[in-house]
Amino acid sequence: MTHVLRPRAARGIELSRRSFGVLAATSVLAACAGSPRTASPDAPLRVLAINHVWTQAISRYLPELEERIGRRVSLRMLTADQLTSSFNVKLNASATDIDVMTIRPLQDQMMFARNGWIADLTDRVEGDADYRWTDFQDAPRERSITAGAAVSVPVVTERPALYYRKDLLEEFGGAPRTLDDMLDIALETQRRSEGFFGFVGRGQRAGAVTQWSSFLYSFGGDFTVDGRSGIGTPEAVAAYEFYGRLLHDAGPPGATNMSLEQAMPIFAQGKAAMYVDADAIYSNFLDTSISTVTDTVGFAPFPAGQAGSVPHNIPSWSLAVNEFSLLRDDSWEFLRWASSPEMVARLQSEGIPGARQSVWDDPATLASFPADLAEAMRINAANGVGHDRPEVMQVGRARDIVGRPLVSGIVGEDVASVAADADAEFNDFLVRDNRQQEF
Amino acid sequence: MTTTTTRTSTAGAASTRRTRSSDTPFVTFEQANRRLKWALLAPALGFVGLMIAFPLVFTINLSLTDAFGAVNAGNSYVGLQNFADALTDTRRFWPAVGRTVTFTLGAVVLETVLGLALAMLMRKAFRGMEIVRTILMVPLLATPVAIGILWMLILDPTNGIANHLLGFVGIPPQEFLGSVSQSLPTLMLIDVWQWTPMMTVLLLAGLTTLPEEPEEAARVDGANAWQRFVHIILPMLRTTILTALVLRGVDALKTFDLIYATKGPGGGSDFEAETLNVYAYGLTFDYQEYGLASAVLVLFTLFIVAIVVVLRRRTERSAS
Repeated sequence: MTHVLRPRAARGIELSRRSFGVLAATSVLAACAGSPRTASPDAPLRVLAINHVWTQAISRYLPELEERIGRRVSLRMLTADQLTSSFNVKLNASATDIDVMTIRPLQDQMMFARNGWIADLTDRVEGDADYRWTDFQDAPRERSITAGAAVSVPVVTERPALYYRKDLLEEFGGAPRTLDDMLDIALETQRRSEGFFGFVGRGQRAGAVTQWSSFLYSFGGDFTVDGRSGIGTPEAVAAYEFYGRLLHDAGPPGATNMSLEQAMPIFAQGKAAMYVDADAIYSNFLDTSISTVTDTVGFAPFPAGQAGSVPHNIPSWSLAVNEFSLLRDDSWEFLRWASSPEMVARLQSEGIPGARQSVWDDPATLASFPADLAEAMRINAANGVGHDRPEVMQVGRARDIVGRPLVSGIVGEDVASVAADADAEFNDFLVRDNRQQEF
Repeated sequence: MTTTTTRTSTAGAASTRRTRSSDTPFVTFEQANRRLKWALLAPALGFVGLMIAFPLVFTINLSLTDAFGAVNAGNSYVGLQNFADALTDTRRFWPAVGRTVTFTLGAVVLETVLGLALAMLMRKAFRGMEIVRTILMVPLLATPVAIGILWMLILDPTNGIANHLLGFVGIPPQEFLGSVSQSLPTLMLIDVWQWTPMMTVLLLAGLTTLPEEPEEAARVDGANAWQRFVHIILPMLRTTILTALVLRGVDALKTFDLIYATKGPGGGSDFEAETLNVYAYGLTFDYQEYGLASAVLVLFTLFIVAIVVVLRRRTERSAS
């Protein structure tokens, strides 16, 4: 057996138990220590955004902002589901590598504000006279406020549009003006055995709720009435039955598995007479590479139900600032620039509807839209309701509950009994959700 | 300066330790090695601790809280309430357990039978075998999400080619993934399409290691092909089959991407394809109910561990 005798300085690899423990603890502490609380002058402004025409358009103008703030802007785009998952993962870890976020105010905002993930912008939006906060339309502006604080600014607004085949509906006098006419035309034009449908729309349990909301409002209902569930009311049941009948009797097979991605190609391929979905997707039907209806598609306002034509008119995407961002001032500069009257006018002129009233009042900004679509958007905006889903904290669960009778209607089951059951479940949910909102 | 001496007894070693503790700079190779061993192991241990143990402990801890919205928000401990909520949930949890078991059993049994059949066919060399093997491996190389999207397009009830082809033989159009009743069987068949090649490869590897003498002897004794397969090959291949079942079974239990890519959140409008994995994901990312989601994941982990332990014991018994 050998003994090794070495001078203390030469024992480079010798590690006592204590020093090993100290080294390990130091390493762990060093790894766990937060990053520096100030950003480097070279750090880019990081924007995590939805893959949307708005983001693609704004990215072309980024050099203007980079020059103004003296900092590079790094823009990353994700799909809506990926974006929400990313925010959940990163912001749960108080990540500082996101500065500006695109959020869905009606889906994410209340939860993000409760979690303390998005910064309070009240002083910035109200304290800047040039920004003209009151120029934003009432509904989008009100949806930017949670618990009394402005936490986002709207950049894209959305309403439903009735897309229809002008060639096929000519004999019926054009687009239907009422929901009853719409059902009649859908039933008359459908030839399901030949693969042609009178109507196509979203049918997924949670995914269809937003488009169905306009049917609900036009039948005189709402998701909640005086703080309690409104989905068991006669108006809501009638709206469930109506939408279910449209898709069950005149719609494509497998409708309950259809979201935007499945429903839109059916109309674009000329296999449906009518389609109700967001007006923001109109360009898909004018693109000859994916649409066979470029010459025959027409655009109309949402048809009237028993309570008139009451579509939703919502801020579909807004900008917010990460509470943990180290570049809050520059982040605000991004928001201010991207939602300024000039930029909104510029983007709306390119076909991306914004939220500023002054821009909507300028006919030049609507020139890029087809004339009948611009008119439909103007009418829908005037009649619109500012939400298209339950206004609750836990929107995902709420959509699953209110979407259940919708699916029953589409598959031809008895809607009333399912709606009664869903109504009770939604009431229980609202009690729990209200408790969570006390933050 | 370095001096080397030789230790002659255990007493000598004890003496050396005592000597060193009184500040003499002597250290044995064993001591140096022991400390160095820990230093060298530290990165691997740290990695295991961070990547496996920490998430597991964190999830178990989270499952005992009412974490909602954000995991770093002020959460309270609620004991086993989340487990009670999950285990008494007959609307989502237990149906999800049932679908997980159905999907796994259905897919893995079919994959094993087909995989074994293909392995038997490919056991003997034939012309073009390499090409057949390469083609068989193609589904295995694609990512589940890509496969999901590919099959969604093929099986689309309105625009897909599947209904077009069925029309040629007089079968009416099917809804496939759009139907509540057909979704899970369709997903199982897609899984079978993708993973049967893996079973084939595993079982083929097992077949090639089998001795030929018992089968030859049975042939001489007049046993036909089926008798040789049932009474000679299958018993000898049992260990390989059980190992393949464990590997593929655990993987099938955890299937998420294929189901989520084709059916979306909740596994469809009637939760018709919602397995435990999809349910836990929905609780986490759609509902932000981290406490309940963690409890479901802990139960799911225990479920998988129990199955693996049972199958392992059977494999060991079979091997012995």
